[in-house]
Amino acid sequence: MDERVVAEMLKYMGPESSFGNPASRSHSFGWEAEAAVEMARKQVADLVGANPKEIIFTSGATESDNLAIKGVAHFNQKRGKHIVTCKTEHKAVLDSCRQLEREGYEVTYLDPMQNGLIDLEVLKDALRDDTTLVSIMHVNNEIGVIQDIEAIGKICRERKIIFHVDAAQSAGKVAINLEQLPVDLMSFSAHKIYGPKGIGALYVQRKPRVRLEAQMHGGGHERGMRSGTLATHQIVGMGEAFRIAKEEMVAENERLLKLRNKLYDGVKDMEEVYVNGDIDHRIAGNINISFNYVEGESLLMALNDLAISSGSACTSASLEPSYVLRALGRNDELAHSSIRFTMGRYTTEEEIDLTIEHVRQAVEKLRELSPLWDMYKEGIDIASIEWAAH
Amino acid sequence: MAYGKKVLDHYENPRNVGSFENSDEIGTGMVGAPACGDVMKLQIKVGNDGVIEDAVFKTYGCGSAIASSSLLTEWVKGKTLDEAQAIKNTQIAEELALPPVKIHCSVLAEDAINAAIADYRQKNN
Repeated sequence: MDERVVAEMLKYMGPESSFGNPASRSHSFGWEAEAAVEMARKQVADLVGANPKEIIFTSGATESDNLAIKGVAHFNQKRGKHIVTCKTEHKAVLDSCRQLEREGYEVTYLDPMQNGLIDLEVLKDALRDDTTLVSIMHVNNEIGVIQDIEAIGKICRERKIIFHVDAAQSAGKVAINLEQLPVDLMSFSAHKIYGPKGIGALYVQRKPRVRLEAQMHGGGHERGMRSGTLATHQIVGMGEAFRIAKEEMVAENERLLKLRNKLYDGVKDMEEVYVNGDIDHRIAGNINISFNYVEGESLLMALNDLAISSGSACTSASLEPSYVLRALGRNDELAHSSIRFTMGRYTTEEEIDLTIEHVRQAVEKLRELSPLWDMYKEGIDIASIEWAAH
Repeated sequence: MAYGKKVLDHYENPRNVGSFENSDEIGTGMVGAPACGDVMKLQIKVGNDGVIEDAVFKTYGCGSAIASSSLLTEWVKGKTLDEAQAIKNTQIAEELALPPVKIHCSVLAEDAINAAIADYRQKNN
């Protein structure tokens, strides 16, 4: 977390703090907490060009995705039971869709193009008269590609289909103006931009009003869409994180892009190095590279003093290759050989230099160890071999 | 993922990395699949007395897979084929203190030595 965020949060946690319940209107502590929550709501709204009344606090982007997808699907089930999403979405979206399938809905999972972007014609073809919702993420968590949500949203508007965007990876990294974007629902997370974990938000457009069925029932908080006592300190932290992001985003992106270009320039002359996902339509702080014939986890071991990840952090315990890279049509070796480099607020140029040095050494060493590298060098087609899957 | 000391040692300093030219005294086992993220190639050089004189490996896979095959090449040297065949994956897993999700690496190493022995026996039958 950013220390400025921590400082704000502490104001609402210690013995000297304002510890009232923001829903208690009968005492001054409650007023103070409510004012803090409303300030944070405005800070969140300001970063993305929304009205504060359109921001619903949740426990994180996972809950926001669940609320948006299941909430819209359930509310509109008389209109239709078909949903369109993409194979490279975050698990919170994919698993919400799987749940709806178990409830009798139909879901179309679009294949992205090889660069990770949605083909708009493929999207148009997937839409049906009974389609009620399209859910496409703004920025992919593994490969960092930015989808054209404006174009996708326009297509949805023409067909009067509700459009949800998971923006957990884009808020604070890409300019978003919901006042102009044809987006009905948007999920946010605080911890991806140096805020606290366990807090997020869902943007629910008011004009025209998007309606959804609540998933959490209770005291009718958050305009009835998400009951439960508001976590004042968490919300304040999220607000501060979004405020800082708005202030620093432009300069920060410029700095991150330089770092990323430096990193890529430092490794791209090596043999059999592939960037996963479109290099231009991508956030500044991400690059995902496959070092062919080197298994990703073994490469990570050589970089363990640097915070880098193979596959997505949420599935790093699984032995499956990245489903995102598989959806891009990458073969098994390339999907198993990918490393995601994420650069952020605290990444320095020295760290990039160190990363380049470590990566080059480790890739060279691991290729010496790799029977697949030998086969590649001998001109043997690895796909032609009958491997015994285990 | 936290790795044990022995896994790290084998990863940092893998023993017996290399390849043998194919010949009658060499047994080669290649197991695993790129789709699973593990491919192990283990080769043994067997003397006239049926004792493994030398062993080398190459592995594409995680640190535990590299360590399992590296350790195995150390263990099989000087052993008869029957003795080498008797090595169980559980011994490898125990020696390297592999966590449950990495047990399959030791299984793969056992498969690799068995495949190499089978290859040698087939050539010298």
